[in-house]
Amino acid sequence: MNADSIKCTPLCDKHVALGAKMVPFAGWNMPVQYTGIIDEHNTVRSACGVFDISHMGQFLVSGEGATEWLNSMFTNNLNKLVDGMGQYSIMLNEKGGVIDDLIIYQLGKDNFFVVVNASMIDEDYAWLTAHKPEGISLVNKSAEYVGLAVQGPACEEVFAKLCPGVQLPVRNGILMFECDGDAVVVCRTGYTGENGYEFFCPAEQGVKWFEKVMDCGAKPCGLGARDSLRLEMCYSLNGSDLSPEKTPLEAGLSWCCDLTKEFIGVDVLRAQKAEGRPTALVAIEYTGKGAPPRHGYEVQLPDGTPLGELCSGVLSPSLGKGIGMAYVPAALGKVGTEVNIVVRNKAVSAIIVKKPFLKK
Amino acid sequence: MSNPVEYKYSEEHEWISPVVDGIVTLGITDHAQSELGDVVYVDLPSVGDTFSKGDSIAVVESVKAASDVYTPVSGEVVEVNEALDAEPGTVNSDAIGAGWICKIKLDDPSELDELMDAAAYEEFCK
Repeated sequence: MNADSIKCTPLCDKHVALGAKMVPFAGWNMPVQYTGIIDEHNTVRSACGVFDISHMGQFLVSGEGATEWLNSMFTNNLNKLVDGMGQYSIMLNEKGGVIDDLIIYQLGKDNFFVVVNASMIDEDYAWLTAHKPEGISLVNKSAEYVGLAVQGPACEEVFAKLCPGVQLPVRNGILMFECDGDAVVVCRTGYTGENGYEFFCPAEQGVKWFEKVMDCGAKPCGLGARDSLRLEMCYSLNGSDLSPEKTPLEAGLSWCCDLTKEFIGVDVLRAQKAEGRPTALVAIEYTGKGAPPRHGYEVQLPDGTPLGELCSGVLSPSLGKGIGMAYVPAALGKVGTEVNIVVRNKAVSAIIVKKPFLKK
Repeated sequence: MSNPVEYKYSEEHEWISPVVDGIVTLGITDHAQSELGDVVYVDLPSVGDTFSKGDSIAVVESVKAASDVYTPVSGEVVEVNEALDAEPGTVNSDAIGAGWICKIKLDDPSELDELMDAAAYEEFCK
């Protein structure tokens, strides 16, 4: 990624003014931290933090037959949704591999708001467009919104000051309303494991709302804390933990794959369910002392047999020990299995544990 | 931040204390720790290990990244700061003092002449 092609969210200058360290992420110039990753991580676990998620994508899908069509594109069953509610879902390729994971909200009959990963906006849009029947409208609204993820146990107090008199939607719910003269969207979801919501406002009003959220008590937090928070909860990051070569069953996401309906990739999932998954994404926690686990480090059995490599890893600020996830042969990935993580030719002892790392 | 005037500095952001009995102390600068963020682990060398100028002598890890520490001088490690095992954050709070990494017995004291003084280093960081 060269400097000329890197994109900035409307909040970039504000991040710099707040003292953030900026790094390239998924083609965007994003804040990795302001005061420090551990401080920001702990703020979200104990109070309230706000993350710029303007880089994420939003699509509007509408028109007669939209429900049926999207049900053929995504793994989760849209017939379980009612108006005003959302669900986590996955879009697969023909091999059953993951193109993207997303959240889809039902605004009304055959009318949906879809939130996708920053790095996948163009690819998702192209894939959906290529499979879209006539008469259904798919609109990429990604550039029109600034997104703010407000996360942490104090998020409701922040919201009460931000939009007085407005009731937050229930968990996984969506609410579109007018606040301070702007059309805004609030989705009751997040990527941290804490109570929280994602707030979308018109891009040109983004700085105003970012400042308001901070004034209402949320501390700005960067991508560093976002990564350690989500990994403690074993939430997958597309591009690291999810890939076009791995199915959602291998990633441990069978709970959002309805194999009783037809969708792209379902045949592969059905076969895997019948015959067994070749690999499984497991959670691994250090039992020994050593340098923090990181993406790419090898996972071995104690006798040196290679199992795979870490797709994510961090020193967990909440647990004070190394945690990571790796695809290993499914038969060898049982909870309680002792393994080694190889860090610069030194083996650190670790164990496969039940997900998530942080029990809440 | 203040970089002691009697110390030497490398372009890789290490500091070297004045020579005493042929031995120097090595650490990373305040500028370096500030760029790294919260240090959560320091991979120290072992006493008796020998290094050539430019070798990776230690690894300082923040939450987000692992960064090599390159020794700007050749020699043998004679002491390491084992306190960093328990308190790696000392590298952040006192990079130039209690956050030192190791002591090196110099092979060739003339290598120090290639390093920057405090004023030159501060200019380099701008």
